[in-house]
Amino acid sequence: MASTISTLVILGLIVSVLFVAPGGASFRHVFFDPHNMWVAWVGNPRKGILAIKDGLVTNIWMFLVSEVIVLFFGLTLAWTRMSHSPVLLPFRILATAYTDIFRGIPLILVVFMVGYGLPALEFGFVSTQSNAIYGVIALSLTYSAYVAEVFRAGILAVPNGQLLAARSLGLTHASTMRRVILPQAVRTVIPPLLNDFISLQKDTALVSVLGAVEATRAAQIAVSVTFNESGLTVAAVFFLVLTIPMTRFTDRLLDKDRARRLVLAT
Amino acid sequence: MSDVVLELDAVVKRFGDHEVLSGVSLQLRRHDVVCLIGASGSGKSTLLRCANMLESIDGGSVSLFGQSLMDPRIDPDLVRRHIGMVFQSFNLFPHLSVLDNILLGPVRALKRKGSDVREEAMTLLGRIGLEDRADDFPDRLSGGQQQRVAIVRSLAMRPSLLLLDEVTSALDPSLVGEVLDLLSDLAHQGTTMLIATHEMNFARDVAHQVAYLDAGVLVEKGTPDQIFRNAVHASTRSFLERVN
Repeated sequence: MASTISTLVILGLIVSVLFVAPGGASFRHVFFDPHNMWVAWVGNPRKGILAIKDGLVTNIWMFLVSEVIVLFFGLTLAWTRMSHSPVLLPFRILATAYTDIFRGIPLILVVFMVGYGLPALEFGFVSTQSNAIYGVIALSLTYSAYVAEVFRAGILAVPNGQLLAARSLGLTHASTMRRVILPQAVRTVIPPLLNDFISLQKDTALVSVLGAVEATRAAQIAVSVTFNESGLTVAAVFFLVLTIPMTRFTDRLLDKDRARRLVLAT
Repeated sequence: MSDVVLELDAVVKRFGDHEVLSGVSLQLRRHDVVCLIGASGSGKSTLLRCANMLESIDGGSVSLFGQSLMDPRIDPDLVRRHIGMVFQSFNLFPHLSVLDNILLGPVRALKRKGSDVREEAMTLLGRIGLEDRADDFPDRLSGGQQQRVAIVRSLAMRPSLLLLDEVTSALDPSLVGEVLDLLSDLAHQGTTMLIATHEMNFARDVAHQVAYLDAGVLVEKGTPDQIFRNAVHASTRSFLERVN
């Protein structure tokens, strides 16, 4: 009961700023106008307003495809960096350079480089893809570097005794990784991995700079036609709708993991 | 076939500038039980790891059944399939059930059929009275139970030699007995074992040979009687006084 009251009071205080501030009325009109929000959501072909709900579909498939690519490519990078074979040394160097480079370059620059660079190559089908595809490529390039580091940390977190025990049983290095190390690493890696995926989901908005019509781009168009920013609010709300389930799921996994550790510690 | 299982000849091992083993020689014949004693850091664990190629050596030689392991054509994975190893910290695989822990080596390394090995694994679990825990995960077991499962896991590979690295040191004192009893059983059945241990009574009762290591040097070895009653070297006597 006390918690409900305190929550309502705090929420009320925050919202009341929109009403007591001198510019409150115009702010509410500019960002929260119901009519303009609706128009931005469903679109209006006669005025050239593209629906945010259609744009959102582009965001969704972009992040779904990117996540699959990132999962495989990120793991491959981590695996390569942690290989021991002398033959693989050049690949180790390449993988290390790759993660350094793509963790360091701002994603928006990678989006520009891929989106303008690949078409400029005039290299068959590589240069004739849609902007959304270039967006997927840019997202995958950058996030694979992040996720590779997450996987690597997870693999390093598996106690060395596990490796020794598996190798003493005569398992090969590959077999040890696959049957013993990775299954344990993946478990510890899931929460940070999901965190990166939440970032990736909202970073699909950056692909709008190429002109790909996803939710953010559709909102910008609505804003420029209606001279009202409410479309941006709609886009923001629906990015939240996409990421919040994942955020909550990640938190629950973390809590469950902590509970399991507590049980084992007693 | 000669009945020498493992032969270490003047083995030298360095970590950087630090010489951990300084020319250690040791021989194990079939059915031998040899206990390595010595203070922590004297090189017992390193010696065991050199024996199954978990560590490379910087001098001397190691051979298994008369075959030198220094030969570059030797595949360490094949060698390790003949040598079981049990660790102080058990190192059971926490994501696998007790049964799957035991099956992993025979199925994935020896490529044996799961259904065949399963029966053997259950028999082995029966020997340690844990057949009803086959489907449990290791974290549900006591330390003593986990270590006995770890021993059975290496037995499932039907090794010619078992290396045991202070397998009771991480255990609650009340759980040490059940593990040592299992090792005594194995010794009586003729299992060839090289055991690094701090359990002097166990070494006295079970070992055929006791070897005392001090700072990487094998100071002396002999029957338990010779070592525990009539040690020749002063350092051996003073070590035994300190631990008793």
